[in-house]
Amino acid sequence: MALTQEAVLAGIKEIVEEVAGIPAASIEMNKNFTDDLDVDSLSMVEVVVAAEERFGVKIPDDQVSELATVGDAVNFIVKASA
Amino acid sequence: MSRRRVVVTGLGATTPIGGDVASSWSALLAGTSGVRTLTEEWAKDIPVSIAGRVLVDPSEVMERVEMRRLDRSEQFAMIASREAWKDAGSPEVELERLGVVIASGIGGVTTLLDQYDVLKEKGARFVSPHTVPMLMPNGPAANVGLELKARAGVHTPVSACASGAEAIGYAMEMIRNNRADIIVTGGVEAALHALPMSAFAAMKALSTRMDDPAGASRPYDVDRDGFVLGEGGGILVLEEYEHAKARGAKIYAEIAGQGLTSDGYHIAAPDPEGNGVRQAIAFALSDAGLTTRDIVHLNAHATSTPAGDVAEANALRTALGKDADHVAVSATKSMTGHLLGGAGAVESVFIVKALQDRMAPPTINIHNLDPAVTIDVVRDKPRALPAGDIAALNDSFGFGGHNVVLAFRTL
Repeated sequence: MALTQEAVLAGIKEIVEEVAGIPAASIEMNKNFTDDLDVDSLSMVEVVVAAEERFGVKIPDDQVSELATVGDAVNFIVKASA
Repeated sequence: MSRRRVVVTGLGATTPIGGDVASSWSALLAGTSGVRTLTEEWAKDIPVSIAGRVLVDPSEVMERVEMRRLDRSEQFAMIASREAWKDAGSPEVELERLGVVIASGIGGVTTLLDQYDVLKEKGARFVSPHTVPMLMPNGPAANVGLELKARAGVHTPVSACASGAEAIGYAMEMIRNNRADIIVTGGVEAALHALPMSAFAAMKALSTRMDDPAGASRPYDVDRDGFVLGEGGGILVLEEYEHAKARGAKIYAEIAGQGLTSDGYHIAAPDPEGNGVRQAIAFALSDAGLTTRDIVHLNAHATSTPAGDVAEANALRTALGKDADHVAVSATKSMTGHLLGGAGAVESVFIVKALQDRMAPPTINIHNLDPAVTIDVVRDKPRALPAGDIAALNDSFGFGGHNVVLAFRTL
């Protein structure tokens, strides 16, 4: 069953708060991981692995660089879960 | 041109007896042991489970997110460096003239071992991407250098338990050689983990006095049976003398010289003749322009091992001759335990405090002084140091036969 955008966003917020210490309330779909959320390339790997485990999806390494914003990640995961 | 002189303008520390310099120093003068029985689950299954954990855990003074990207040794480096930098007055310095030299004996060993557990239990995909920057021995120096944006060079000499002292000597040379005006320098160690503790125990290097943790580290006592592992770190801000004067900095003392030798004898055992130690002391005095008459205090390496303490004491007697009679020798590992790569740095912080307060800290736990020890050991209570111009030495030795002696003097 496909995940809802709402559920995935909530999960990503928790993961980014854990990894980068950014309060979940300030994390929105349009936020850029690197510029807005202090998620550098190393921390992005943590976010991706945590998201894969949490949502049961696979995010291929060659796709990670395409995920610039929270919205990019959420949409990818929703699509991948369908 | 006369040689550029190097002074100490800032101090920082986190140790088993205090979360900063002031609390560590007052605990030291009070003769407080920081050695306790480890309460972690893993400590129940190893042969020796007494150690000196830092009194103030990094989690009490550091944000969670910062902590999770730093090995524990790096956390100690950041905490002590921030204290030292602030103590130095957060100096304004050209970044091209600012360097960092921070050592560690073993590096991020707990990160390495914890991530190996992750690899075995969950698989390669789950190994943290922060593993390499956390386990590399230059990680503590690199992180401090990054925070301060230092551009004159960031270095990490490694020589086991002499690493911290070697770092400070290297930093002094960088300033002398005009590569920098300010260096943040010292050493850290965070190796309280089942594997390194089992490994030291396998060498029969650790005290097994499990029923008396606070009494286990007893340098020079006739019943000493090995060292007690400690964790933490010490940091000094070294600064070129004229640079410090020009900005009106508080100047603690001058680091006046260093002596470096190697034993060429055995990978772990000290040379019983102590030739390398004797020569290192002679080199340090010569480099500093001091004589044995000037030395009133010495913080010994004295780890509480049966062979090491006497070998060092004999070397000191030979090197200092009759002048050893007026050298107040302190073995502060009796209270902090042995911080490996952090030891020489923490003990240098203590020497600078001793010169400032003119007070040599005590050595605790000597119930029966080993008759083979013929130097003047400060026991039980601190001892006042004389007025006037005085100087002190720091001995640090490491597995591999590394000998480092640093010379400090009042200014």
